[in-house]
Amino acid sequence: MTPDEIKKLARLARLKITDEEIEKYTDINAILQLVKEIMQEKDTSTVEPLCHPLELEQRLRPDIVTESNQRDYLQERASLANYSLYLVPQVIPPNTKNK
Amino acid sequence: MHRKTITELAEALHQKECSCLELTRYFLDRINRYNPALNAFITITEKEALEAAQEADRAFQQGTAKKLTGIPIAHKDLFCTKGVKTSCASKMLDNFIAPYDATVVSKLNHAGTISLGKTNMDEFAMGASNENSFYGPVKNPWDLTRVPGGSSGGSAAAVAAHLIPAATGTDTGGSIRQPAALTNTTGIKPTYGRVSRFGIIAFASSLDQAGLLTQTAEDAALLLTEMAGFDSYDSTTVEEAAPDFTKTLNNSIHGLKIGLPQECFPEHLDPKIKTVIDQALRQLESQGAIIQEIKLPHVMMGIPAYYIIAPAECSSNLARYDGIRYGYRCKGPVDLQDLYERSRAEAFGDEVKHRILIGTYVLSSGYYDAYYIQAQKIRRLIKNDFVKAFQSVDAILTPTSPTTAFKLGSKSKDRVNMYTSDIFTVPVNLAGLPSISIPAGFVDQLPVGLQLIGNYFDESRILNVAHRFQQATDWHRQIPKNFE
Amino acid sequence: MTELAQKDERRDKNEHCGQIFNASDRCSHISSTNWETIIGLEVHTQLLTQSKLFSGSATAYGADVNTQAGIIDLAMPGVLPVLNQEAVTMAIKFGLAIHGHIARRSIFARKNYFYPDLPKGYQITQHELPIISDGYLDIALDDKNTKRIHITRAHLEEDSGKSLHEAVRGMTGIDLNRAGIALIEIVSAPDLRSAEEAVAYLKALHTLVRYLGISDGNMQEGSFRCDVNVSVKPKDSDQLGTRTETKNLNSFRFVEHAIQSEVARQIKILESGGKIIQETLAFDSVKNETRPLREKEESHDYRYFPEPDLLPLVITEETIESIQKALPELPAEKFNRFIAQYHLSAYDAHFLTADHDTANYFESVIHAEAIDPKLAANWMMGELSAALNNENLSIIQSAISAEHLAQLLKRIQDNTISGAIAKTVFEAMWHQEGTADVIIEKKGLKQITDTSEIDTMIDEVIAANPEELAAYRSGKTKLLGFFVGLVMQRSKGKANPQQVNQLLIKKL
Repeated sequence: MTPDEIKKLARLARLKITDEEIEKYTDINAILQLVKEIMQEKDTSTVEPLCHPLELEQRLRPDIVTESNQRDYLQERASLANYSLYLVPQVIPPNTKNK
Repeated sequence: MHRKTITELAEALHQKECSCLELTRYFLDRINRYNPALNAFITITEKEALEAAQEADRAFQQGTAKKLTGIPIAHKDLFCTKGVKTSCASKMLDNFIAPYDATVVSKLNHAGTISLGKTNMDEFAMGASNENSFYGPVKNPWDLTRVPGGSSGGSAAAVAAHLIPAATGTDTGGSIRQPAALTNTTGIKPTYGRVSRFGIIAFASSLDQAGLLTQTAEDAALLLTEMAGFDSYDSTTVEEAAPDFTKTLNNSIHGLKIGLPQECFPEHLDPKIKTVIDQALRQLESQGAIIQEIKLPHVMMGIPAYYIIAPAECSSNLARYDGIRYGYRCKGPVDLQDLYERSRAEAFGDEVKHRILIGTYVLSSGYYDAYYIQAQKIRRLIKNDFVKAFQSVDAILTPTSPTTAFKLGSKSKDRVNMYTSDIFTVPVNLAGLPSISIPAGFVDQLPVGLQLIGNYFDESRILNVAHRFQQATDWHRQIPKNFE
Repeated sequence: MTELAQKDERRDKNEHCGQIFNASDRCSHISSTNWETIIGLEVHTQLLTQSKLFSGSATAYGADVNTQAGIIDLAMPGVLPVLNQEAVTMAIKFGLAIHGHIARRSIFARKNYFYPDLPKGYQITQHELPIISDGYLDIALDDKNTKRIHITRAHLEEDSGKSLHEAVRGMTGIDLNRAGIALIEIVSAPDLRSAEEAVAYLKALHTLVRYLGISDGNMQEGSFRCDVNVSVKPKDSDQLGTRTETKNLNSFRFVEHAIQSEVARQIKILESGGKIIQETLAFDSVKNETRPLREKEESHDYRYFPEPDLLPLVITEETIESIQKALPELPAEKFNRFIAQYHLSAYDAHFLTADHDTANYFESVIHAEAIDPKLAANWMMGELSAALNNENLSIIQSAISAEHLAQLLKRIQDNTISGAIAKTVFEAMWHQEGTADVIIEKKGLKQITDTSEIDTMIDEVIAANPEELAAYRSGKTKLLGFFVGLVMQRSKGKANPQQVNQLLIKKL
């Protein structure tokens, strides 16, 4: 990864990295290279990936409301909330939101 | 008093040799006296602890006291504790007061234990030296110029220096066992799914497991019996009830088969450490255990696989820290992007940022198969190695760490070298097995730990072996000078 | 400028589209002979669960902001998801209803992206192994023809919160009540060829989820939303065109207009030698046009990976069988049954089965008093439907219950009142003046069937109109209607019109 690619990656991860700091992150290349080399020694074409150490099944929760309103208590933790809303810098103009 | 195990302290309380308040004050005094040198605690909850101690004394008066009522403990600062700062040793959560108790915390509260504070750790549990803390490094009580290991370094140092009889920890790749080995404490990581992860600030969800740092295997068994079990708030806990782990501690180990994986005793292993492990093996043999060599062919690929899977999960788990609902928020963001990028960049430390970047990279399109999927395939190979091994042995023994405690700052510039600290512990997390590190001796006045790995949900067995070993040895009874 | 010119050029050809909306000006029938439109829909349906998909928070619509956002929905450090059983059951119901494949093992994945209304920084969804795949829905193109629309997949996922852009000056406010509500996303194959087909499919889907009781389908409240993928290609070409995705349409009309305007836009670009860019669009319902959403600066890379906090969802044969047994009659089945059992026309059956409540109401009416199905259908499609529309009510909010309507219709059937009088009675019933029998009694509206009474009225009418009588008798038989009218008037509408007819013919 070039410094530019590291910056692009940092943007994807929403981490601001200045030009002076880039140097600190260049060892990522060496780590990735090493890791890849060791792992590629093994032919794994017939191996199934393992995502959970225990291969169990998902348990289901009954559809019951168990949580009560704790809005004010929880919002004490927010740096910026008003009118009981969490506030962020204006995102995009009204009527065009796609979420 | 501080030399007593939990078993002994509980007996003292039940025999009215001292009150809960006296005991709590005693340990608070020790913490206040020694913590400045060790930096093992981030938060000391003196007021809450004294109130809880008075409550515990009332329970004794009313005859409602339980076995562990009044026993002081501490929690690694990534267990959510309601109304108490829960920082994960990060600037990101320096202002975060948890709104709820982790399941482990409420279970231990319910059992009667009293929390005296929150212990220091590597930020977001990422590290093997405890140098990655927003609150500064923890010192090893055996040599204050050395690291205690990590990430549960604060819990390990506090227990090693007898500032607290026991402390909780979490272990993602060795974060309980490696510091236990480096500080002469007993550290257990149960089977994945044995203890609830609800309320434990996540690092890598498929690897994280809560456990304990204690003085003895017996204490670990006592506390684990209270901590373990099904939790309806954690989909990955198993439904079967956990046994009383204390019941089988004294079982004979005669005829027990212990496997030695050749791969974990490489030629370049420090001969002094090998000597310590050999002595321990002879001790176990003298009790009738049968030692046999086994093979775990893929175990040395654990570190590469781990350093893909753990960062991948962490990059996603740490996406919630955005400065909006809680946690650090940068000053005067010009727009949303700026709010995200600066809040996260200003509040996460270097190691955390490194792992987020690695994790983001290995999950991104074009690299996912080569890195993430390949790592999960290696993971299966490693699990299969263990499953096969447990067809012929009852437990597996390895050194816990390839080195004793190293000097502060000696590895912090060399990530790859630092990452190999967990070479013997990481494969166990990848497979999800239970494992314990116990004191096995000393090299140059520094502790050496041995690791016992059990089959799935067979914590009883490794606790049993560890207890029998501790009955016959006194390594675990050694206390660092200056903390006696 | 060119757009205006084009509008003028097309206006006369497009009058049938109506003049109210701009989109009608861009129906582009002009070009549709050369181009084929390819449409696929992605529909997000909120499930009617009491609690959220992965937490025990309430899901009521319209609650005060952030009062239904607990620690799990807020992604507090350390929280974990646990899957809601009812959401799984509802997804299986849907899968069975579209004759789809129910995955015996499906997995959840994380879709990673940063947005303030997505508290975890990832959405828990299903990616590689969705719970439902390979289903279909038949839609009616007209009274005779149906078309099979394939449903590629349907998966469970959680909804995001809401961003309120105008709540606070210069800031966006985040309400997380909606965050974590259970959704199924239903993805159709690109089988749709026109806006009309797309709307027919969407309506059929809407009917289905309401029949199944898995969603209230309330589009205004956002419980049923649609993303539209549109591309066009020359009719003789096998190669698909580049598609665009228009996001978040929440009414049938917007879907129709968005497709029409997007198709017109694409054809215009292609015909002038341009290229379509694959992009995400928003539909401006005021200007009636699609336009690009401002995209995030870097390209999307959602970094999907299996959700480590959840285990594979395993569904047993027993579970599927028991859900299958409890499945209600589906719209297509009911439609066919109504035609066969009640001898209704396809048109009537379509109206009555378009929504579950209407069908239930209809069957309650005819079974309450052994009412002729055709009579009941006519009244429901006529008077009742008009009254409901007038006050913007749904059928379950009707001022007249099925049992009460049945009593009214019974009185028509047994000749107690005429159809015309029945309308008066209906009006009174609507205004809560009582049941049909009470109103008929109170207002003296009972039909006059006594021959001598009618005879007397006929005699009086004949006597009062000698000229018309003479004209009739000289062959102007069309005047019969004139006499019937006068007799009915004299009886205040209470005489039985058939009886009046018969008696008049005799007398005249």
